[in-house]
Amino acid sequence: MTVDQTVTNRFIERAEAKGLIDVAVTTMDSPIGTLLIMGTTKGLVRIAFEDENRDDVLGEVAERLSPRILEAPRRLDPVRRELDRYFAGTLRDFDVPIDWSLTGQFARRVLRRTARIPYGSVASYGDVAVEVGTPRGARAVGNALGSNPIPVVVPCHRVVRTGGAIGGYGGGLPRKRWLLALESG
Amino acid sequence: MKPSALPAFQALFDEHAHAVLSFLTGAVGSSEAEDCFQETMLSALRAYPRLADASNLRGWLFTIARRKAVDAHRARARRPTPVADPDPGATVDAHPETDAEVWDQVRSLPAKQRRAVVLRFAGDRSYPEIAAAMSTTQDSARQSVHEGLKKLRRELR
Repeated sequence: MTVDQTVTNRFIERAEAKGLIDVAVTTMDSPIGTLLIMGTTKGLVRIAFEDENRDDVLGEVAERLSPRILEAPRRLDPVRRELDRYFAGTLRDFDVPIDWSLTGQFARRVLRRTARIPYGSVASYGDVAVEVGTPRGARAVGNALGSNPIPVVVPCHRVVRTGGAIGGYGGGLPRKRWLLALESG
Repeated sequence: MKPSALPAFQALFDEHAHAVLSFLTGAVGSSEAEDCFQETMLSALRAYPRLADASNLRGWLFTIARRKAVDAHRARARRPTPVADPDPGATVDAHPETDAEVWDQVRSLPAKQRRAVVLRFAGDRSYPEIAAAMSTTQDSARQSVHEGLKKLRRELR
């Protein structure tokens, strides 16, 4: 049992006004299932697909960033709006600020490079490896992409195998296929 | 060594907000309960990342709530009580959190009995302090607590 929504809303408003919410969290429906979205004051920090356990995701962010995590949907409105337009096929480039705090140095380089692959096109793991300066590191690139904390917005789905095979996807291959189909449509 | 991990504050809120609010409704009455609740949760959120021990989060929240309830009573009293704050370390938790039903019943007590019972048991105040806070005599304070408890015992039987 929880308290009245208006009481909760007032608490969230006051906590946000006092700068006490280090990580805001909300959910949104999408064609590839419910998305859990988290943002710090710096930017979008995490997106999780619905088959990830919510408590696990929140727990990990609590431990790595801050336990002051609250459902504060308003802070994430810009992210939701961009995602809605992306899924509707009317937005090609995300513009929301990204908070990279959940990625290590190498993964960050890989993901930043990945974020520059244009909408509707793909690159191979090897291509990305070369571009981040580790030509033999295709596997390491694959690992970095597999642990992408911000899928969809950081488009790791645009990285496939040389020769055209689809490769892997942290969110499962059906989602990767769906996203690639959306962008080629 | 890494201390046991704190869950997201949202999880704490989902799990305990209702019990905290009903404790406060019993302790300070429904008109002031929400203010106390907001103060409790904001204080908790502010202090949360520095909390060293995650083993009794509910008890920790209720300790804060109880302090806010006492603050509300003191603010309501016409003159300030001539005593220092109770040492939070000394008033070891009497586990008010396990008594949510009791506090629900406290809410239904007549105002005077309710304030006396809250000051005595949530605030851990002595009778001279309660008398001062309620601008009454010690005997009358004692009487209000006694009547309140008698009524509670009947209701909770």
